[in-house]
Amino acid sequence: MSGLEFLLAGTLAASLPLLLAALGEMVVEKTGLLNLGLEGMMAIGAAIAFICVYHTGSHVVGFVAAAAVSTLIAMLFAVLVIAVRANEVASGLAIGVLGLGLSALFGKTYESLTIKGLPKIDIPVLSDIPVIGPTVLTQDIVVWLAVIGTFGLWWTLNRTKLGLIIAAVGENAEAARAIGYPVVLIRLAAAAFGGAMCGVAGAYASTVYTPLWADGMIAGRGWIALALVVFGTWQTGRVAFGALLFGILSLGELTAQAIGVGLPSQVLSSLPYLVTILMLVVISRRKSGAF
Amino acid sequence: MSQPALLRLAKVSKRYGTVQANKEIDLEVHSGSIHAVLGENGAGKSTLMKLIYGVEQPDAGHIYWNGQEVHLARPSDAQALGIGMVFQHFSLFETLSVVQNVSLMIPGKPADLAQKISDLGDQFGLSVDPHAMVHRLSVGERQRVEIIRCLLLNPKLLILDEPTSVLPPQSVRRLFETLRKLQAEGMAILFISHKLDEIRELCDTASVLRSGEVTGRVDPREHDARSLAQLMIGREMPNVAHAAPRPPREERLRLNALSHPRASRFGTTLEGIDLKLRSGEIVGIAGISGNGQQELAALISGETRAQEPGMIEIMGKKVGHLGPMARRKLGFAFVPEERLGRGAVPEMSLADNSLLTAHSRNMLSRGFIRRSVERAFTRECIDAFDVRTPGPDAEAGAMSGGNLQKFILGREIMLNPDVMLVSQPTWGVDIGAATAIRRRLLDMRDQGCAILVISEEMDELFEMCSKLHVLHKGHLSSALDAAETSPQEIGRYMIGAAT
Repeated sequence: MSGLEFLLAGTLAASLPLLLAALGEMVVEKTGLLNLGLEGMMAIGAAIAFICVYHTGSHVVGFVAAAAVSTLIAMLFAVLVIAVRANEVASGLAIGVLGLGLSALFGKTYESLTIKGLPKIDIPVLSDIPVIGPTVLTQDIVVWLAVIGTFGLWWTLNRTKLGLIIAAVGENAEAARAIGYPVVLIRLAAAAFGGAMCGVAGAYASTVYTPLWADGMIAGRGWIALALVVFGTWQTGRVAFGALLFGILSLGELTAQAIGVGLPSQVLSSLPYLVTILMLVVISRRKSGAF
Repeated sequence: MSQPALLRLAKVSKRYGTVQANKEIDLEVHSGSIHAVLGENGAGKSTLMKLIYGVEQPDAGHIYWNGQEVHLARPSDAQALGIGMVFQHFSLFETLSVVQNVSLMIPGKPADLAQKISDLGDQFGLSVDPHAMVHRLSVGERQRVEIIRCLLLNPKLLILDEPTSVLPPQSVRRLFETLRKLQAEGMAILFISHKLDEIRELCDTASVLRSGEVTGRVDPREHDARSLAQLMIGREMPNVAHAAPRPPREERLRLNALSHPRASRFGTTLEGIDLKLRSGEIVGIAGISGNGQQELAALISGETRAQEPGMIEIMGKKVGHLGPMARRKLGFAFVPEERLGRGAVPEMSLADNSLLTAHSRNMLSRGFIRRSVERAFTRECIDAFDVRTPGPDAEAGAMSGGNLQKFILGREIMLNPDVMLVSQPTWGVDIGAATAIRRRLLDMRDQGCAILVISEEMDELFEMCSKLHVLHKGHLSSALDAAETSPQEIGRYMIGAAT
């Protein structure tokens, strides 16, 4: 497999955890909440999914369990912030640390074990297209569902009343309450959605993309997803584009190492993170400066 | 009376903690009537409307709708009966379009709603583009959107909370025409206001509230503004007549082609603003908020630095590059429009709030705070400016708007400034305190202070200022002599019809 084919085939899968977590967080932030605990929610999702798949052999069980547990953690955050009025930033960081800690605890005995991933689906006709057929268009089921889901989310946010309500609650909660919308309920639902998406993102990372468990395997992807929401200016299309970009970068780093680019591997692996910082700087400059 | 009143309140009371906001209120509103609810800030008008609209529930008393007793547990209950409310601070979503805003409240396809919005606009003189984004609309247009949104629910009773407080005179005319058409259709309208002339012109009944009680039910057309005011504040109107100003003297503040790009998408770019302010005069800047008032105030106070030092001169010095502290050292003082957060720190005591700008008045000794001086200064300010508060240790955030404004203004005046910028001095301040604040400013003028007032209240500007400018979309008009211009002319500048 050439470097290019490797990139074409792997980008979607590499982007997927980032994409799902970022889209979930985007909805959370659109309703006016900010949950900084993505990293932890992804980690606990990854651990739970790995354990379930290891014992049952069923990815469905793994994904559902991961989504459920991460949603629980997200609800803890939502209750702290909405009901107890705890500080949002501190609560987000706290549940992030909690998620990381629990994932390490549960995953302890599974360290370095491996499981089987998901098969790539050969779709007739599509996979016969030259170049992109066997690479871009041959993916596992989760990738296909995520692609459809991304379009669905875009449609919901931009074309339906639900999307309008989410935007309204985020912009002016006071006014939304005045005209009769249950602001608290909408925010709880958004937080739950964000948690579930993080759980699925983590599950994909530990049971499909790299089907093994290692403590700390989320490796900052939660933070990158958080940055992607800002990078994508809270728009589904741009967030998805950002996720793909980082997917390519992280694969490009592997390719470059394989080809033998004369840079230390540490420098190459830090590239995605450097780009994150750069983009955040560029975006925040544009926001505060004149335009 | 042959048929029962559309809405009747019988001995309705509401208490918040120790404050009796409404006490045994009786009120009757009939179809086809424009009924004024008149009262000072804090008289209980807003609480009463919240009870009628179902936002709050009364502690005692009964509410009848068409003769039937009703319980309004939430706004949707009131809406179901046919009660619509236009809020004082609009409940629109700026990042959405007009149709989207309407569709959040009214079911229906966007295309149908857009058609209905246009139809209603034609019928009642409420024209607005259904597909415009709300943040691009003027204040008058936003209010029209609010009214349209209410009308689409087919209300029998429409409540308007201080609807004219944010409108230029031309838009007030249009609003009144709209309301008269609605009245002719048989709608009942509750019109909340403290502007006596408007009530006399528009309303056929007035209920006057004072300290939570109804103190009078009158036909406002048969009373002059003075006697209405007396009902409202319970005593003679304070006299505002003042000595004619002496001729102004040397220049103390000057803006030279001051331009500044906007800081955010919702901000205003200021372009080529020229202004001169001299000792012993009050110059006013009229205009609807959001046309660059906040940006201009921040530039003059030093919160935002100007692009070139020479764009702003205070006491003859170029200060565009200096911060607020340096400008204050030159004899500049500033009363911002936001009392909480800019004028005072809500969580801090009044004494500590004094320290913030008056620290140079001997309050510091080798970097330590001299509490006794701080308290003495605060007590003097409280006494001299009639601030009603338990004392210097009261929290700023717990005070009413009028009292806090008197304190902030007093604190700044006690610094004996040579130049003062006062932004929206009487926003949300009751009529008694507002009169006191204006009189203080006129006293300052007579002592030679140069004062720049930014205000939305036209009457206030005409009462105090010798020269007026109008700020519209970041452009400042040339100076108009207050004695020679009229509210109508100022109004044309405010909506951009004159430049």
